Amino acid sequence: MLLFLARRIGVMLVTALCLTFVVFYLTNLPAKLETLAKTQAGARISDAEVASWLDRNGYNQPMLTRYGEWLGVVPGWTREAADGSVNGRCYRLTSVSEPGAAPTRCGLIQGYWGNSTRFRADVADVISSRLGATGILMLWVLIVMVPMALMVGVLAGMREGSRTDRSLSTFAIASTATPEYVSGVVFIALLASSTVGLSPLLVNWGVIDGPVLFQGNARSALEKITFWNFFLPVMTIALYGMGYVARITRASMTEVMTQQYIRTARLKGVSFRNIVLRHALRNALIAPFTVIMLQIPWLLNGVVIVEVLFSYPGFGWVLFEAAANNDIELLLAASVVAVVVVLITQLISDIGYVYLNPRIRIS
Amino acid sequence: MLDALTWPQILAALGLQLWPVWLAMVVVFAVSISLKRRLGLYGKLFDSKVGMVGFALVIFWVFAALFADMIVTHDPLAQFSGMRNTVPGSALPDPGEGYPHFLLGGDALARDVFSRMVMGSREVLRIAPFAAMISFVIGISLGLPAGYIGGKLDTGLTFIANLVLAFPVILLFFLLVAPEIQNTAIPRVMAGVLFLMPVLFFTLLLNARYFTQPMKRNLYVGVVLLVGLWAYSGLAFNADPLGFWGMSPNLLNVFVAVVFVNAPTVFRIVRGITLDIKTRDYVAAAQTRGEGPWYIMLWEILPNARGPLIVDFCLRIGYTTILLGTLGFFGLGVAPESPDWGSTINQGRRLLTAFPHAALAPALALMSLVLGLNLLADGLREESLKD
Repeated sequence: MLLFLARRIGVMLVTALCLTFVVFYLTNLPAKLETLAKTQAGARISDAEVASWLDRNGYNQPMLTRYGEWLGVVPGWTREAADGSVNGRCYRLTSVSEPGAAPTRCGLIQGYWGNSTRFRADVADVISSRLGATGILMLWVLIVMVPMALMVGVLAGMREGSRTDRSLSTFAIASTATPEYVSGVVFIALLASSTVGLSPLLVNWGVIDGPVLFQGNARSALEKITFWNFFLPVMTIALYGMGYVARITRASMTEVMTQQYIRTARLKGVSFRNIVLRHALRNALIAPFTVIMLQIPWLLNGVVIVEVLFSYPGFGWVLFEAAANNDIELLLAASVVAVVVVLITQLISDIGYVYLNPRIRIS
Repeated sequence: MLDALTWPQILAALGLQLWPVWLAMVVVFAVSISLKRRLGLYGKLFDSKVGMVGFALVIFWVFAALFADMIVTHDPLAQFSGMRNTVPGSALPDPGEGYPHFLLGGDALARDVFSRMVMGSREVLRIAPFAAMISFVIGISLGLPAGYIGGKLDTGLTFIANLVLAFPVILLFFLLVAPEIQNTAIPRVMAGVLFLMPVLFFTLLLNARYFTQPMKRNLYVGVVLLVGLWAYSGLAFNADPLGFWGMSPNLLNVFVAVVFVNAPTVFRIVRGITLDIKTRDYVAAAQTRGEGPWYIMLWEILPNARGPLIVDFCLRIGYTTILLGTLGFFGLGVAPESPDWGSTINQGRRLLTAFPHAALAPALALMSLVLGLNLLADGLREESLKD
């Protein structure tokens, strides 16, 4: 088990290195740096000025060196001006100016994540404050999605081919066919619009006081989460993720229900309820567990879409803003966080699978 | 100026406007059902209700895309004065010779939502099936040897596939589909590698089968190489001497990104199936006969893996449609004014609470197409499991 874990973590680290390098390469392409120079030093500067700006700010070194600097394994660049003052990557990030006062290496490992050009703030601060907001969103999504998906899957899978199975399976298929930007739009039109859908009707009948039933904008959820401002974003993400988990649960449940020990239990005279709850459920939930863990990176997709659609300023919104505004340092940091989340969930899912499945655990 | 239409009138007018689609669908269904016993897996589809519903939804959009020119009521790019954000069924103030109503209303730029939705199906169906197809060819041509030969090749390819799969899709799109990237060599190089795979695949496929009959082999492989490399030069490098094949940098960028995201998943599926099938007796028999590895992979293993692959192909077209919608939603890699569903939803979402129809129409269109593909896949799975 330890050996398995060590090998898994080793592969994970290599993957993380490769991925961060790819991200670094793609965000630091010459064209992107040129855009950066123009947004920082003025849109109308000439090519020569762009080149000198890039040179002054340490962007003219080879890609690998800069990647090392950013990671914190290569000493940061320094430059001595004519008047004896020293400038360099680490001098800027620690905002000191006396020569020799800055650390030699300052990168991700040392905790220097750079500065965001979009938010004019430290990247680490931006990300950590936004991650909390997204964490709450994800928590609610999982609280809604997992029980719903497991219930649909188990109910559909316990009697294969029954009418319940057919209708629930169709529901699961429909939910996988509804990406977040579709369900979000439909939800807003139906429940959060003051001109069409349910809200005007309810206002007419005097059921609700405000103009709309649910809020189509989740910004107010940052201060105080209420059912009315958080329900739609949570449902939008949960609905798309749910179908897939439900289908896996159903498949796993139908497989378990055909096993010998279920037949034995049935011949023993155990009630159907007890068969499902005591004998089938535990074995049927092994596969969904790994899928739920692997689903978390997929939820990131939904998080970005939903946070943009409902203007909820969380991690996904930051990722979108960073990409849209060519905020290189912020995009890099956000990518690192995203990649780390993906890899850790994969690791947990692998370990969980081994742990939950006695056949693998014993061999 | 005519009166605005009521909802029953709108539905009737929509039904009338879509007549080429209904006609084509009726013909397809009539022919298919009458011949269903002779059409193999496709015919069996008509035994399952779910499969038929899915198939109907899919061909509805296929025919809508084909006959889009006959169906649209207005130019999808033209703006009509006085029609900004009008509700469905509104009459044009000055229709002239054209159609007198905006059946599904006008959008924020006073364009016809219905015409844009119909034209949008063309944008989607022009890319999604082909991107899914290329992803499949790549996944198959790498997954078969990874599963069959195994060893270092398998380890390496699986590592690369996992690398791509560990990338959050949305991040990859933000990084890979951008105007700055289009001006670099990256999409061309990726296209150069990705589009070479189908040519290699078909060459290997025919060579493995016919290498004992050199005359036939030379003819088939020659034709494949000629057509393949011709298309390859045009699609990947925009260097087709005759100008028949070609892709705008925008489109190429989107295409490459979507294929790149899809191919590793297909690779994993094919590799898994191959690992299972290679232990079968008929593979051992072929090995004993002294067949080459490519013959066994392409003509023994692949045909026996077709069931799950066809099912996944339908799902993958649907997933690709969702991905294209995501790209459009973030305004990545789409031409301005483009009527594709994703970017129409994106434009409509700004006024969503007041005028939802502009975003709702493409959203429901996209959903129905993907739902159709998923139901079709489900029907196919059910029917292929029966035998």
